[in-house]
Amino acid sequence: MRKQILTLTVESNTDAGDGMSVLTLSGPDCPAMLPGQFVEVEVPGAGVLLRRPISVFDSDTGRLSLLVRAAGRATDVLAHIQPGTALSVVGPLGRGFAMDGRRPLLVGGGVGLAPLYLLARRYSAQGVRPRLIAGFRTAPSQLLKDLYARYAEVTVCTDDGSEGIRGNVCAAPALQHIDADMVQVCGPLPMMKAVAGAARTAAVPCQVSLENKMACGLGACLCCVENTTTGNRCVCTDGPVFNINELTW
Amino acid sequence: MVNLTVDLGGLRLKNPVLTASGTFGYGHEYADFMDLSALGGIIVKGTTAEPRQGNPYPRMAETPSGMLNAVGLQNKGVEHFATEIYPTLHGLGTEVIVNVSGSSVAAYCAAAERLADLGKIHAIELNISCPNVRQGGMAFGTDCTAAAEVVGAVRRVWPRHLMVKLSPNVTDIVAIARAAEDAGADSLSLINTLLGMAVDVERRRPALSTVTGGLSGPAVRPVAVRMVWQVAKAVKVPVVGLGGICSVRDALEFIMAGAMAVQIGTANFVNPRIAADIASGLADYCRRESLTSLDEIRGVV
Repeated sequence: MRKQILTLTVESNTDAGDGMSVLTLSGPDCPAMLPGQFVEVEVPGAGVLLRRPISVFDSDTGRLSLLVRAAGRATDVLAHIQPGTALSVVGPLGRGFAMDGRRPLLVGGGVGLAPLYLLARRYSAQGVRPRLIAGFRTAPSQLLKDLYARYAEVTVCTDDGSEGIRGNVCAAPALQHIDADMVQVCGPLPMMKAVAGAARTAAVPCQVSLENKMACGLGACLCCVENTTTGNRCVCTDGPVFNINELTW
Repeated sequence: MVNLTVDLGGLRLKNPVLTASGTFGYGHEYADFMDLSALGGIIVKGTTAEPRQGNPYPRMAETPSGMLNAVGLQNKGVEHFATEIYPTLHGLGTEVIVNVSGSSVAAYCAAAERLADLGKIHAIELNISCPNVRQGGMAFGTDCTAAAEVVGAVRRVWPRHLMVKLSPNVTDIVAIARAAEDAGADSLSLINTLLGMAVDVERRRPALSTVTGGLSGPAVRPVAVRMVWQVAKAVKVPVVGLGGICSVRDALEFIMAGAMAVQIGTANFVNPRIAADIASGLADYCRRESLTSLDEIRGVV
């Protein structure tokens, strides 16, 4: 898929709870992107130099949605961006999730849930309704629950026990006895490593989406490398999604 | 009619805009965003005699108006370049310059000798200024005797244009520049990254796996312009300026300070089309200012 510099307009910025926002962007040149791909977003007026890599949350031709959490100067600006603002976006970038699970188990934590929305939607379009274990710090917003429930059977885990299972995603029974032919994960690194360990124990293929710090997003600068079984590879172009048997975890 | 061609000591470029090594891959990474033939040339990733895995992650930290990197010359070695990459570079319609690095004089020469077999590589850029490798690299670029030794040795095995990339991490860059010129450099490019460091205060650890790294981006531009101005006045060979160039205006700063050509580096990460935009923007500038060539403003300050 050809990479482009797109100028997109912020159509809406909806509060998704716990510091997260769903941004919907539009532009006639915006191509449909794949689950697990990402874009590099220029951050206006934050005094930051580099673009920020953000996962595709939802995508159709002419429309792109991103789930962002205010966690620093750049993401603070994005999380509070006003409708009507023009954003420069480079994408689509990276290699996303495989779509060949017949009984996929998706596992996401916090803002790492972003790529699993489009993944669930695409599975759904293939007639597969995946299960999703969704980890949050505290009870998620109705907006997120409703969105994910459209395309997946959702189990919620919260760190503070305010909703669903108390504890992280590994507390979910579906991860203690994995009954799936593919586990697909995105979230904080310790969470992904724990889920990868569970999948390996159950001998189920597992894909994880890495978010190593990157500069170019194009495979040129070699900053975002992950040490893999075949040496250092760029997360931006060889990933961000890797099969765990490619990693040295 | 505007003429942007430059003669870089026998190496003819269609315009003065090059892309800096390590920021533009092998060119293909940017082919979706521009016609690469719009560029004066592409300086490809640092190449060494033997393959290198580079440094561990994390290798990058953003800093005010810049970034630190500690990539450490990750590359698959000169033989891989010659057999796998070189054949893909034909027909790009632009000059391809190979950045060469090494940990010893012999290693620099081994890489240069292999590249000498590749007839369409008309120039190499000798990197005596990488701050991110334990041995060699910047050590050659911070001492006049060592710089002269490596430049002289490569001069004897490399038959075509020899550009030497200088380190800013020195007290007197003019002395190093003269040493490189006297040892046979055909042109000098400057500056490589400034040695820097950042601390991740949350984790109480250095931001980079190597603790220190190379600072690039707009933050280093005034240092780079100053050094280009000093060196251009002191040497006879052409000077290629780089360091934080993000716009036509920035490129003109270097040219007015005496640079024959410029390299675009970190800005490629922010706007992957910027190098081509600056090349066309320089032509627009000349038309607007009624200049027939940039020679009319080169070194005016």
